[in-house]
Amino acid sequence: MNLIEILSYGFIQRALLAGTLIAVLCSVLGVFLVLRRLSLIGDGLAHVTFGSTAIALALKFYSAASLLVSLPIVLLASLGILKLTERGRLSGDAAIGIVSAVGISAGIMLASVGGGYNVDLLSYLFGNILSISYEEVLIAVALFCVVMLLLGLFFNDLLAVTFNEELARVSGVSTHLISAVLVMLTALSVVLAMKLVGIMLISSLLILPAVSALQLALSFRACIALAALQGCCSVVAGIFVSFVTNLPTSATIVLLNLFCFACACGLRRLITISRNKQVA
Amino acid sequence: MSAEIVATDRLACSYREGSVLEDISFTVAAGDYVGIVGPNGSGKSTLVQALLGLVPISAGSARLFGARCDGFSQWGRVGYLPQSLHLLNPIFPASVAETVGLGLLSLKKFPRRFTRHDRAIVDELLNELDIYDIRAKLIGELSGGQQQRVLLARALVNKPELLILDEPTAALDPETRERFYRMIADINRSRGVTVLLVTHDSGVIGQHASKMLYLDKRMLFYGSFDDFCHSAEMSNLFGEYSQHLMCHRH
Repeated sequence: MNLIEILSYGFIQRALLAGTLIAVLCSVLGVFLVLRRLSLIGDGLAHVTFGSTAIALALKFYSAASLLVSLPIVLLASLGILKLTERGRLSGDAAIGIVSAVGISAGIMLASVGGGYNVDLLSYLFGNILSISYEEVLIAVALFCVVMLLLGLFFNDLLAVTFNEELARVSGVSTHLISAVLVMLTALSVVLAMKLVGIMLISSLLILPAVSALQLALSFRACIALAALQGCCSVVAGIFVSFVTNLPTSATIVLLNLFCFACACGLRRLITISRNKQVA
Repeated sequence: MSAEIVATDRLACSYREGSVLEDISFTVAAGDYVGIVGPNGSGKSTLVQALLGLVPISAGSARLFGARCDGFSQWGRVGYLPQSLHLLNPIFPASVAETVGLGLLSLKKFPRRFTRHDRAIVDELLNELDIYDIRAKLIGELSGGQQQRVLLARALVNKPELLILDEPTAALDPETRERFYRMIADINRSRGVTVLLVTHDSGVIGQHASKMLYLDKRMLFYGSFDDFCHSAEMSNLFGEYSQHLMCHRH
């Protein structure tokens, strides 16, 4: 089967479009999250998404409609993590751990009580981008536009807060507002990414392109661009490779990202050795 | 009479562990260069953080440019340089030009976008501070002295009327430290920028600052360096020999 034939399938077109948009979102936000030591927030919010999906299925909201139930719950959870960190004398990872545990236990509890929709719920654990519906693509496009617009409007404020909160406050940046914007944008992206890589692997899409880009970037903007490029390429390549080899798409995407990270680390090492030789 | 840039009245700050600052009252006039000195844990950093609204005030009041510090919004008039080591994330991928440009945010309104003119301002200042050559380098790759110059450029890029520096030389070798102090004194004189500088080096700061504020939870001394050197109270506190050593360098 050649490339043109593969591209002629409607489900592949939908997967490529939605997957690319979500990968760009996750990769760009990932750079801010990794630098603010909030890398695992994606994991925590994914677990909340699991719980909220269980609620959606219990209320008979399936497929795209389940996103409408998940979105407000996950947005609230993201703000909950922020509040716990700011007011509860907790470190970010402990706050994420608490919200994550509540989310996953709520999901398991509802799945156990509901019984009948266990299979549907478990399919969200590992994701299936090839089964993405037309309505889900539309939601992905709309949310992509919203998130990118907000990122564009707040980009310099986000950069300032990520660099140093104290300095950002003395530059007149409302650090509470900007932190809330960052975690809410992450919540939106996590809910979207659930179908792409599944709840178990969402954090890899947030973390791996960002940490790869951090190895090679020569400026903050270059870092954002590199992360987005890796996220995009890994999703496109992952969809094709998994289709041809009949491997699970989400795991293929994650492994490709891991491969890129290994290459970035290797390249970084080579650059360091070459610089040291020049100095010597 | 010079305008009051900073004014505190019976200022006090406390954390859960207890009181950190008590009964601090002083004023700083435009063009002053005030060295804030005192032993470890004396509340020096807390004082400047309270002035910047970064820590809450538990009693009394503090004003910058006549406005209360807890609701202060004229950030374009203030430049701040915190302790560099505590500030920098070594993997942060910002270039020198990007880092310095962030100082211009205090002059911008939402959405805070940078223009070509902003980039020209940054380049001009980098030239002035002799760090233009490293403008494309990542800040994490620089030496301590270079990082300090970059962060100073960030604090100066908005052309502030008040520059607040919190132990800026803690991580620097003596030679770089001395160069840094000379640079700050030059900025104070040539640009008329009011300077508040927190430091351990009570002897060295005396060579440059016009006033000394000696702090140990309470304000033990505030006045000119000459007055400090002739103060009987300070002789009692330090011993005459130590006071002489500090003042001799002046």
